[in-house]
Amino acid sequence: MTTNGHFNRNRARTLFEKVWDQHLVRPQTPDTPAVLYIDLHLVHEVTSPQAFALLRERGLKVRRPDKTLGTMDHSTPTTPRNALGIIPVTDQMAAAQLDVMRKNCADFGIPLYDLGTSNQGIVHVIGPEQGLTQPGMTIVCGDSHTSTHGAFGALAFGIGTSEVAHVLATQCLLQNQPKTMAIRVDGRLQPGVTAKDIILAIIAKIGVGGGTGYVFEYMGEAIRSLNMEGRMTICNMSIEGGARAGLVAPDDTTFEYVAGRPYAPRGADWERAVAAWRQLPSDDGAVFDNEVTLNADDLVPMITYGTNPGMGMPITGRVPDPDHLSDVSQKMALDKALKYMALQPGQPLLGQRIDVVFVGSCTNSRISDLREAARLIKGRKVAEGVRMLVVPGSQQVKAQAEAEGLHEIFKAAGAEWREAGCSMCIAMNGDQLQPGQYAVSTSNRNFEGRQGKGGRTFLASPLTAVAAAVSGVITDPRELMN
Amino acid sequence: MEPIRVFSGRLAPLPINDIDTDQIIPARFLKVTDKEGLGAACFSDWRYEADGSPKPDFVLNQPVYQGASILIGGHNFGCGSSREHAPWALLGAGFRAVISTYFADIFRNNALKNGLLPVVVDAEMHQQLISLAQEDPSAEVTIDLEAQSVTLPDGRQVTFPIDPFSRYCLLNGVDQLGFLLSLNDQIEAYEAQHAARVLTTSA
Ligand code: SF4
Repeated sequence: MTTNGHFNRNRARTLFEKVWDQHLVRPQTPDTPAVLYIDLHLVHEVTSPQAFALLRERGLKVRRPDKTLGTMDHSTPTTPRNALGIIPVTDQMAAAQLDVMRKNCADFGIPLYDLGTSNQGIVHVIGPEQGLTQPGMTIVCGDSHTSTHGAFGALAFGIGTSEVAHVLATQCLLQNQPKTMAIRVDGRLQPGVTAKDIILAIIAKIGVGGGTGYVFEYMGEAIRSLNMEGRMTICNMSIEGGARAGLVAPDDTTFEYVAGRPYAPRGADWERAVAAWRQLPSDDGAVFDNEVTLNADDLVPMITYGTNPGMGMPITGRVPDPDHLSDVSQKMALDKALKYMALQPGQPLLGQRIDVVFVGSCTNSRISDLREAARLIKGRKVAEGVRMLVVPGSQQVKAQAEAEGLHEIFKAAGAEWREAGCSMCIAMNGDQLQPGQYAVSTSNRNFEGRQGKGGRTFLASPLTAVAAAVSGVITDPRELMN
Repeated sequence: MEPIRVFSGRLAPLPINDIDTDQIIPARFLKVTDKEGLGAACFSDWRYEADGSPKPDFVLNQPVYQGASILIGGHNFGCGSSREHAPWALLGAGFRAVISTYFADIFRNNALKNGLLPVVVDAEMHQQLISLAQEDPSAEVTIDLEAQSVTLPDGRQVTFPIDPFSRYCLLNGVDQLGFLLSLNDQIEAYEAQHAARVLTTSA
């Protein structure tokens, strides 16, 4: 137990507990939360300015700028570069925010991946890509999708801006120990069914608050057989199930992914690191506070119909009827959602007309997502009247995709090929839906207005997004794969 | 931060489940670099028509709820994005507490660090408070942080949970950063014993 700072070394522990224990500067007491040491702090332009302002106000330094990294992603344009190779920022507020970020990083000595430079991108894409995200680490960022990094067996979670200031100033966070939930996904995915469908199915099952207070550990054959990018897609949306963090135990797939990346350990350090990482998986007999199971054999492509990510169903299903719900507040929520979405209870979503398709975001903008999407769209055309945006997660992903000619495939199909960033996932940068438009989006949130005021979002996998783009209506991607 | 002990206020009922922080403060208002002015944008898309005129049926636009300082939200209040702009916006809009049956983790943490009290009550009391707010918008309830209690006008009282550390900080108006800074020796000792995993300054 961790409460008194005495560990019983023989007790079977979960992956989460091992990482937690290794990072305790001071254990939890009856009066104070645990003090947790943070190995890597990622910072972006939207949730950090007020934290830096607080440091200045108190005359504090950044304790470990060498454990901190800045990038620009949320409010950055993804429109093409000008003749000088520069991505123009026309929104004056965004431009001012980016300037503040530059000044903060410069003043406090923090490395920054500035807009348009070769390593810039969505904060949860660049960490893994650079090899900064490694098993057993603690990683935080003022961003709820920090859970993405859990795919490596790191304890990674989103924090608020006050906590960003805490970590900047002390490299530590005050945390009460969360509970653990095992999410076991057995079986094998069928063709056309992806990691995104697994996580949408999990959230549909447990609901958007189901994981509140927990850290998830995803396990089982279906998780083991995913590549790292699929695991990241799953861990990314842990927060949509209410959990701040979701982990996958590191294995050879993890080590192969990390090996050779710019920040990965090398030589003897690498051997030592891997040996330590092999000790991280949950021990046999480790106890979780809760458990959920799912079978991948039964899964089909998933899609959301409502205004939170828990309102999801198999793409072949019908929109549920609020009158069939017994819980009054759930009925009200579904009523409100269907009204916003302008959908009828009992209607199928297959065949539903759509206006926009967005392939991007920290959930599904990595190279394997783009490869899958390109493979399906190759030789097809985006349907008349549909706008499709493909937004790579980082400049590195963009360069890789271009080296493989994927951009030509997307452009030939009639899709827009963009610079890297969050783009229409959060609609801060001008990429947004118009009121009333329907989008199929590979992002993670279908909240009212998330992709633009009045916009209506169906969350789905990159394959389902492509199937909708070329058909102009919601389509089961498996039909295009035969 | 100002210490918080006891305060009384009127209630505004917004009993919708899973109110996410994108509703509390839409992302397009996040291009700021300070905390000012967010109150005006609080619940912007629920509150205003496309032309900027207020939607008359939205609860916070109704004259009887003007000046309410305690918001009653539905289950799982504050889910979604970690933006601390959400509590800043609620505070800016004049709220000092939110009552719900359940708060999303990050929102609760953020609220506590800014002196916006997240008050958890059970479903029955939640329903009673909603009814009270709807039937008598002028009714005042009293929230006592020291006693961890909510008192209704008829004298009924319920207690609510809060972690002891947050309670201590709020009661004394001290912020949590000061506590962390005071642990410098322990942090140094930890750093001396644990080699850095990665250094961002040296690829
Ligand atoms: S892509 Fe979307 S969810 Fe991911 S960090 Fe950016 S805004 Fe947040």
